[in-house]
Amino acid sequence: MTSPPAIEAVNLVKRFGDKLAVDDVSFVVPQGTVLGLLGPNGAGKTTTVRMMTTLSPPTSGTARVAGHDIRTDPDGVRRSMGLTGQAATVDELLTGLENLRLIGSLYGINPRQLRRIANELLERFSLSDAGDKVVKSYSGGMRRRLDLAVSLIAVPPVLFLDEPTTGLDPRSRLELWEVLRGLVDDGTTLLLTTQYLEEADRLADEIVVIDHGRVIAAGTPLQLKDASGQAALVVTVSNAADIDLAAQLLRDANVEAHVDAAARQLTAHAGGLSDMTRIAGEFERAGIEVDDIGLKRPSLDDVFLALTGRRAEEDADATDTDTEPEGAHR
Amino acid sequence: MTAVTQSAAVAKPAADKPTIVNTGLLRQSLVMVRRNLTHIKRQPEMLLDVTIQPVMFVLLFAYVFGGSIQTGGTSYREWLLPGIMGQTMAFASFVVAIGLTNDLGKGIIDRFRSLPMHQAAVLVGRSLAGLLHSSIGIVVMAVTGLAIGWRIRGSAIDAVAAFGLLLLFGFAMVWVGILVGSKMRSVEAVNGVMFTTMFPLTFVANTFAPAEAMTPWLRRIAEWNPISALVQAVRQLWGNVDGAAPGSAWPLRHAPWMSMGWSLLIIAIVAPIALRAYRKRTAD
Repeated sequence: MTSPPAIEAVNLVKRFGDKLAVDDVSFVVPQGTVLGLLGPNGAGKTTTVRMMTTLSPPTSGTARVAGHDIRTDPDGVRRSMGLTGQAATVDELLTGLENLRLIGSLYGINPRQLRRIANELLERFSLSDAGDKVVKSYSGGMRRRLDLAVSLIAVPPVLFLDEPTTGLDPRSRLELWEVLRGLVDDGTTLLLTTQYLEEADRLADEIVVIDHGRVIAAGTPLQLKDASGQAALVVTVSNAADIDLAAQLLRDANVEAHVDAAARQLTAHAGGLSDMTRIAGEFERAGIEVDDIGLKRPSLDDVFLALTGRRAEEDADATDTDTEPEGAHR
Repeated sequence: MTAVTQSAAVAKPAADKPTIVNTGLLRQSLVMVRRNLTHIKRQPEMLLDVTIQPVMFVLLFAYVFGGSIQTGGTSYREWLLPGIMGQTMAFASFVVAIGLTNDLGKGIIDRFRSLPMHQAAVLVGRSLAGLLHSSIGIVVMAVTGLAIGWRIRGSAIDAVAAFGLLLLFGFAMVWVGILVGSKMRSVEAVNGVMFTTMFPLTFVANTFAPAEAMTPWLRRIAEWNPISALVQAVRQLWGNVDGAAPGSAWPLRHAPWMSMGWSLLIIAIVAPIALRAYRKRTAD
């Protein structure tokens, strides 16, 4: 028996006035996996998450979370998921523990169980010592961890994270990644939006790239890198004297090579592994000895540049401070 | 069958999984009220507007203007007190608006909206907390009043009815607060709107000085001001006035019913608009 997907977006559309914020977005997230929703600021990531978490009704299309339809069973969706929004959604005037208890009581979890889970979460997120301190005194990283802990108070099988590390310093970011990996190990399904390619690359099993509200690419990080077709073949010949012959061989194979004579290195565009083995074979037949032959895959940054014509993090700085979620704009 | 097994398929042991129970609107609203009370505990200065501020108003008006304001057979201090209570209730809208704008700006409303709970609990809790806040003001006012010579001279039933009218008006003003809080994007904006509307509204009335002494057009406005009806009703029910001044307008001659009517009318008109504004603000 194949288990049903944890999250399913089916032709989601959201229109604000005459602006199409989300345009026919569909994807599937299998249980226990991580989907990265990647896109620049204003691409429609937050609006997509808001629709899937029942905060904003879709103009058309639907989504299912743990089998519950957002249109027909929003309460079922809310019972099955936790949400960590873009702006930290904890109460600054309450302590960490009080925040956990507030949300836990609203879930109707019985007090004894609630106390136990709250304490476990505080410990797990290294907040035990800060549990009785008012959140106002927390650092940015602590707030994000508490926010995440609050989202997990009912132990939901599915967790939505909207730009979980935006605005965090590199160390806090690494810590949070560690925590998220731990959740996945426990079987939680994650959907996270991010503008950071590195984050998607590190955490996600599957990536959906959206831009201007549309899905422009989808696949594993590896598939995306391959699909961008910009893998580079890098050959280092053993004898400097062979380098011209090597370049000629590549030209004969219809591959334009960049020659770096000093380093005895040739760099050429290659489609993938098959190109590399073919060229390696020709070098061998021609008797050219090579020190090294390898395929340099493009980073997700390169992929993004190829897909959208611009860098992903160009306008990332604007969102580092807590701006309004994109969905709030009209 | 698949729908049942899929959540069980998650790796966490079943014993760890807490049961989610919908505890109903009332209990969830009370959780919200408790949250607001904790806010007051952490920031006691939130109570200034229902403690020091109205006491200051009482003392300023009673001792600075008191001598020059004619209130018929009743002493000005006794006459003034229901006026200040009326003003305190009008400002219930202020507290609610500030609290709501704060929550909306910080995104915690989104957190509540993502929970399997009664969504009305957010607003009901906020309203109850707002009324509680203003009630503290009423108690503080009553104690201050007793100290400077104010007394309840009517029957117990009338006295309770007067408190009831104050609370009903406070509830109407809570809806005004929800409307303003949903529309405004910052606490500063709320302050601006509230100060520029609430002060004229509470001053162009019989709260601090009798409307009879005002120029005719202003007097007309004051007499039809919902706060005047409330304050006149409370004065009558507590026996802090001889009755409506001769020649005063119809609303003041039927003040208790008029006040109830005004409050219900405000609720009937503002509540649906406020709910729509709140939904519009939160849903997109």
